[in-house]
Amino acid sequence: MAGVAGGNDFQWCFSQVKGAIDEDVAEADIISTVEFNYSGELLATGDKGGRVVIFQHEQESKNRPHLRGEYNVYSTFQSHEPEFDYLKSLEIEEKINKIRWLPQQNAAHFLLSTNDKTIKLWKISERDKRAEGYNLKDEDGRLRDPFRITSLRVPVLMPMDLMVEASPRRIFANAHTYHINSISVNSDHETYLSADDLRINLWHLEITDRSFNIVDIKPANMEELTEVITAAECHPLQCNVFVYSSSKGTIRLCDTRAAALCDRQAKFFEEPEDPSSRSFFSEIISSISDVKFSHSGRYMMTRDYLSVKVWDLNMENRPVETYQVHEYLRSKLCSLYENDCIFDKFECCWNGSDSAIMTGSYNNFFRMFDRNTRRDITLEASRESSKPRATLKPRKVSTGGKRKKDEISVDSLDFNKKILHTAWHPKDNVIAVAATNNLYIFQDKIN
Amino acid sequence: MAGADGDDSLYPIAVLIDELRNEDVQLRLNSIKKLSTIALALGVERTRTELLPFLTVLNVYFEYCLAVLSIIYTIYDEDEVLLALAEQLGNFTMLVGGPEYVHCLLPPLESLATVEETVVRDKAVESLRKISQEHSPVDLEVHFEPLVKRLASGDWFTSRTSACGLFSVCYPRVSSTVKAEIRQHFRTLCSDDTPMVRRAAASKLGEFAKVLELDYVKSDIISLFTALASDEQDSVRLLAVEACVSIATLLPQEDLESLVMPTLRQAAEDKSWRVRYMVADKFSELQKAVGPEITKNDLVPAFQNLLKDCEAEVRAAAANKVKEFCENLPEENREQIIMTHILPCVKELVSDTNQHVKSALASVIMGLSTILGKDNTIEHLLPLFLAQLKDECPEVRLNIISNLDCVNEVIGIRQLSQSLLPAIVELAEDAKWRVRLAIIEYMPLLAGQLPLTKSLCRVVVYAIREAATCNLMKLVEKFGAEWAQNTIVPKVLGMANDPNYLHRMTTLFCINALSEACGQDITTKQMLPVVLKMSNDQVANVRFNVAKSLQKIGPVLDSNALQTEVKPVLEKLATDTDMDVKYFAQEAISGTRFTLASLHISTKSDLPF
Repeated sequence: MAGVAGGNDFQWCFSQVKGAIDEDVAEADIISTVEFNYSGELLATGDKGGRVVIFQHEQESKNRPHLRGEYNVYSTFQSHEPEFDYLKSLEIEEKINKIRWLPQQNAAHFLLSTNDKTIKLWKISERDKRAEGYNLKDEDGRLRDPFRITSLRVPVLMPMDLMVEASPRRIFANAHTYHINSISVNSDHETYLSADDLRINLWHLEITDRSFNIVDIKPANMEELTEVITAAECHPLQCNVFVYSSSKGTIRLCDTRAAALCDRQAKFFEEPEDPSSRSFFSEIISSISDVKFSHSGRYMMTRDYLSVKVWDLNMENRPVETYQVHEYLRSKLCSLYENDCIFDKFECCWNGSDSAIMTGSYNNFFRMFDRNTRRDITLEASRESSKPRATLKPRKVSTGGKRKKDEISVDSLDFNKKILHTAWHPKDNVIAVAATNNLYIFQDKIN
Repeated sequence: MAGADGDDSLYPIAVLIDELRNEDVQLRLNSIKKLSTIALALGVERTRTELLPFLTVLNVYFEYCLAVLSIIYTIYDEDEVLLALAEQLGNFTMLVGGPEYVHCLLPPLESLATVEETVVRDKAVESLRKISQEHSPVDLEVHFEPLVKRLASGDWFTSRTSACGLFSVCYPRVSSTVKAEIRQHFRTLCSDDTPMVRRAAASKLGEFAKVLELDYVKSDIISLFTALASDEQDSVRLLAVEACVSIATLLPQEDLESLVMPTLRQAAEDKSWRVRYMVADKFSELQKAVGPEITKNDLVPAFQNLLKDCEAEVRAAAANKVKEFCENLPEENREQIIMTHILPCVKELVSDTNQHVKSALASVIMGLSTILGKDNTIEHLLPLFLAQLKDECPEVRLNIISNLDCVNEVIGIRQLSQSLLPAIVELAEDAKWRVRLAIIEYMPLLAGQLPLTKSLCRVVVYAIREAATCNLMKLVEKFGAEWAQNTIVPKVLGMANDPNYLHRMTTLFCINALSEACGQDITTKQMLPVVLKMSNDQVANVRFNVAKSLQKIGPVLDSNALQTEVKPVLEKLATDTDMDVKYFAQEAISGTRFTLASLHISTKSDLPF
């Protein structure tokens, strides 16, 4: 799985698109998070309407060997409802901020979903039998005469059509004063962390009535507040290590072995600012919107407004790799500030072997970078190229001067079409890209 | 079983069976709890062939109900149903036809042993362990042991964790070939991929070691123990510390040093504070398990380190063990070890930056005085007690006060009153009500031991304000009516004019408590007038409490006062505008009438009938 781009590696082709085609997009239908489970068998999305939709990978059929299996809806359920905090006179949106799968523990699947305040643990399980036979009712549901019961019946189990059920197993509430931006399951499989703007809490998956505060950056006086936590994640292998990123563009790595409260980081990752490019927007665009450990646990990747950086955990002073996502926007920061786009929180993800990374941009463009060849590619998630197995053509944005053929000028980019959430299958070259209310699934073309 | 023309005795059972599937969790729970009734009605045959197969998949069915109804708040109740089911099945042997058929219970319990809910799984394992004893040795190998193997090699970790708890019950009762298999299975689970299973194995390691032959303990268990104790996951390593206690008790003293101590030393210095915390938390058990010689050479320095640990949680856990550790030190050089090694650390902890550490220490530090004796206590410990009594954290102060009595026994009352009393008196006016409450609660005890001083009176006054009536009674009993008349009664009565009606009510409460102890004279002459006067209070709550008080002190008063003073006031209150005042006044009238009547009888009874 070397490449992301064209050339002698492979090409990305369209597989599926989910969601309505209408131009009118209902706010509630906007996808707010996408996540594959550990095996890649299931793919979950959350939306602004508080719903979670789970897609299952269907086994490839024998008569159409050229087609990889498709993802079809497996279960849909309402995870969160809008609420109102009467004490603070605050509306709590139902929007799903994050979904995280738990490692599979029995035949059922489990996931955590969170909105701004409340985290829920869901169980998704299958059932193909039902119990039949009552003592007090006959087959049609009519009541029997209670005094004419001649024998006792024990219910028997009959096969039935497969049903997938989602049931809430735990509700972790009332631990966050600010908005939850991240949840991450620890490698010990029994705890997870949740981060809001100023604090990080550690939970036990079986205990809902208490959590431990492991990071608290709230100053005694809120006027002295200069930075907030933007994302946090547990190390994939070492149960004692987690990182969190801040709005100042720094990342702190903490070791829970050292002390119960991790206010003092073990490592502090920061790239010194280049004074020549300093501007009014420097601080805003350096804010980190996502942080992800590589599967190997050796690297982590951070996304800021204009770039993706890969850090070696053993080197704190600068990233080992920096990729420009849409450098051509640097001249447009002023208007992006005015339409609030500059505060968009783009996420990023690794492929299964950590050799490539993906992140989103505007105009329904998303970018991939090959870490070995340093090649990059811009692709578009659009209805136009959504014919089965259609190869995705690389897109180019013209940067200054004359616009070549096939290029798009910066001024004609649609900033309302943004790709914030993407996910990469943990083993295969299958990616899921959320474009507003549509979920696109692409895969590599088998020649 | 039922005859052809129907049998109304079946009806309740039919309801129970149907309600196993009711939408209402409470009804389901109810049915499950009466499972034995159902089984009894069905008879052993049908229980085995029909009821148990249904119960095997019941948990799946419940989830279905849950999803259909999507009732979030019942999820915890749901576990309760499964929990009840798992528990019931452990007592089902006779209902399926006795030990001969006990293996029929294995399938439903096996299914419960794989659910994701830990409490349910644990209960299923508990029931499995219970019914394993009812299996004959043959059945154990034919039915039970295969189940354990199935669970141990299950695909999902939930079944493998359950298996860990079952090895130790079947091991002693199976043939040596099966024993070898079981040991192999346990070894495999100790190095399972998922930390969940390794944790389950680590937590059962000690228990399993107990049923193993000593040779296998040395060859198998020690290597597993060493491996788990250096697991990459903190949560596994810390459970190995627990196993350390049981393993150490099994091994002969001469093997401890080479087999257990290296691992224990490593755990005490683990990078993760959670592991060190576990060592601190289990320190007394460890100390008993390894014996006096190793304690002296190894555990004392380890304990010193834990007391000085950089993580407050660890220091607090260690501080909690100070007394127990010192008590269990080998007698011959206990004092020397404490004075030279432990006490310096304790001294530092008194001024620790973390209040949990200080309060943990405060809860046990007084216990050291019995171990160290009078002279050491006065010289070394008293300053520490004093410092803690004045600590800024109320919990620390509280813990010291709550344990005052044990110091008392060692150093005697005179020393205690000289050194600690001023600080205690100060605490009676502490800003934290819990501290004040503790002082009030300990006051009778202190009063019994301290000379009656002016400062003690201040505490008493304070208690009055807090309406600590129960303690007042005890004090008056101790010091007599005269003392009460001079110190307490004036204070109590003085509050009757307080602008705060709550304080005015306190007067009434105190009078209720004191009247009997003070006797008729004081009650009639001093208290009654005040009470009567308060019947004109503006606040209705005060007025009806007057009525209540009059009823209460009635028996102490003489009949003259009752007739001439109490009765008119109560009659007036009985016509009060306030409903409650009326009610309690009428109550009191009927109550005092009884008193009057009884007085009447008693006067009469002097006469010969």
